[in-house]
Amino acid sequence: MRRAGVVVLCLAGLALVSYPIAWLISASLTPVEDLVAHLRSLFPGRITADGYRGALEGAGGESFWTFLGNSTIVASGAVIGNVVSCSLAAYAFARLRFRLNGPLFAFALLTIMMPAHVTLIPQYVVFQHLEMIDTFVPLILPKLLATDAFFVFLMVQFMRGIPRELDEAARIDGCGPVRNYRYVVLPLSRPAMVTTAIFTFIWTWNDFFAQLIYLSSTENYTIPMGLRLFIDQTSSSSYGSMFAMSVLSLVPIGLFFLAFQRFLVAGVATTGLKG
Amino acid sequence: MVRSQGVAYLFLGPWLLGAIGLTVAPMVVSLYLSFTDYDLFNSPRWVGFDNYAKLFGDDPRYLHSVGVTLRYVAWSVPLKLVLALAVALLLNSLRGKGQAFFRSAFYAPSLLGASVGLALAWRAIFDTWVDTPDHALLTIVLLSAWQFGAPMVIFLAGLQQIPRDLVDAAAVDGAGWWRRLWSVTLPMLSPVLFFNLMLETIHAFQAFTQAFVVSGGRGGPADSTLFYTLYLYERGFTEFRMGYASAMAWVLLVAIAVITAVLFRTSRYWVFYGDER
Repeated sequence: MRRAGVVVLCLAGLALVSYPIAWLISASLTPVEDLVAHLRSLFPGRITADGYRGALEGAGGESFWTFLGNSTIVASGAVIGNVVSCSLAAYAFARLRFRLNGPLFAFALLTIMMPAHVTLIPQYVVFQHLEMIDTFVPLILPKLLATDAFFVFLMVQFMRGIPRELDEAARIDGCGPVRNYRYVVLPLSRPAMVTTAIFTFIWTWNDFFAQLIYLSSTENYTIPMGLRLFIDQTSSSSYGSMFAMSVLSLVPIGLFFLAFQRFLVAGVATTGLKG
Repeated sequence: MVRSQGVAYLFLGPWLLGAIGLTVAPMVVSLYLSFTDYDLFNSPRWVGFDNYAKLFGDDPRYLHSVGVTLRYVAWSVPLKLVLALAVALLLNSLRGKGQAFFRSAFYAPSLLGASVGLALAWRAIFDTWVDTPDHALLTIVLLSAWQFGAPMVIFLAGLQQIPRDLVDAAAVDGAGWWRRLWSVTLPMLSPVLFFNLMLETIHAFQAFTQAFVVSGGRGGPADSTLFYTLYLYERGFTEFRMGYASAMAWVLLVAIAVITAVLFRTSRYWVFYGDER
C-alpha cells in the first residue's frame, strides 16, 4: 500500500519533470499561429511538419546538415581525444611508479575544480596568433592533451581496481608497460572508457561557451551555434523551425541516454560526474 | 606497480603537454594580462592594479553581476539539493526495477538541461517571467533546479551505503520517520551532502549557457540576469578588453578557492565521517 503511494508520487513528479520536454516536442509540431495563440498548452489541435521543414533548411544561409556535420566532427574528435589521452595518463598514474606521481596527480585533481576562465584568454590569444580561430582545432586539441582531468580521475579510480597480480603475470610473460597497457589494462578498463566516451560526447554536443568563442563563420557553426541564430530574432514566424531544430539537437542525447543509461547513472553514482 | 621512470613520462606526455601548455602557462599569462590593458591587437600595456581597482571601485555593472551571481548561487544550489535529496529518499523506499526506472528518468533532465535547445524551450514556457526583471533570474534558478537528477543519483548511492540495521535499530528504539531522518540518515549522509554542495556551488558560480540563452545573450532585462561569466564574456570577447576580463577571471578563481576553503572549514562541524566518534 505504501509502495503504491510512493509510485504514484514518483509518477506525478515524472509528469511534472517531463513537461518541458513534452512542451518542446508539441511546440515543434504546432503551426506558428496556434503556437502564438496557445503558448502554454500541449498539442492545441493541428499538427504540422512545417517546423521540421524549416529546421532542415537551417539558419543564416547554412542548412541543418552543415551544423550537424560540424557538431559530429567536433564531438567525435573530442571523444577520441579524451579516450586516448586520458587513458594514457590514467595508466601512468594508476599503475606506474615514478617520482612525481603523487604531486602530479594532486595537481590534476586540482585542475578539475578550477574555472576554465583563468586559462581562456591566453589560450584564445595563442590560437589567434596561430590563425586557428574559426577552426575546430581549439575545440579538439585540448581533449587530445587530456585537459578534462575529470576523466583521468575516473579512469585512475577504475584502473586501481584491476588486480596487480595481472601486471606481475604480464611482466613474467615478457610484457613491458606499453604492452601491459595495450593488452591487459586497456581491455579490462572498458567500462571506464565507455563512460568517458559517452559523457564526452554529450558534454561536447551540448557545449556552447567554447563554440561561441571560437567559431565565427556560419559555415563552421555547430548545432548550438545554429540555434543561437534564432536567439536574436524576436519575430515569432521562425518559432516552429527553432523548436524543431531544438528537438533535433536533443535527439542524439536522447538516443545515447536510452542506449547507455546504466553506464551514465553508474558513472554519476561512483564519481560524482555532473550531468 | 611497474617500475619505470622514463616510460611513465611517455604515457603522461599528452597530459603533461596540456597541463603545462594549456593550464599552467595560460594561468601565468592571464595573471600578467590582468595587470595590463590589452585589446588583442596592440601589445599589452602595464597598468598595475588599475583593472582590479576599477572592478571594485568604478564599475557598478561588475558589482551588480557579482550580486546576480551570488543570488543565483544562494537560490539554485539549496533548491536543487533539497529536491535531489527528497527524490532520493523517495526512490530509496522503492526496490529493484521501479527504482532503476525512476532513477534513470529523473536523471535525464541533467543531460538535456545544459543544452541551448532546452533553454530556448524554457524561455518560451516562461515567456512572461523572462521579460520582467523581478522574475527573469527565478526562471534560470528553476531551470537549474530542474536538473536535480545528477546530485539525486549521488544521494541515492549514498543512502544505499547506510547500514539497514542502524535505521532499524532506531525504529525499534521508538524513533519516528522524522527523527530517524534527522538523527541517523542525515548524519550518515553528510559526507555525500558535502560533496554535492561543493560540486554544485563551484558549478553554479560558472553558469553561462542558460543565462545567455534565456536572456537573449545580454543578461537582460535590465541586467537582471547579468551573470559573472556573461559579463566576463561581454568585456573579453565583444569589447576585447582582455586585460580587464583576465582580472575578472582571477577574481572568480580566488572567490571559488575561498568559498571552497570556507566550506571545508565548516565541514568539520557538520560532516560526520564513520571512523571518528
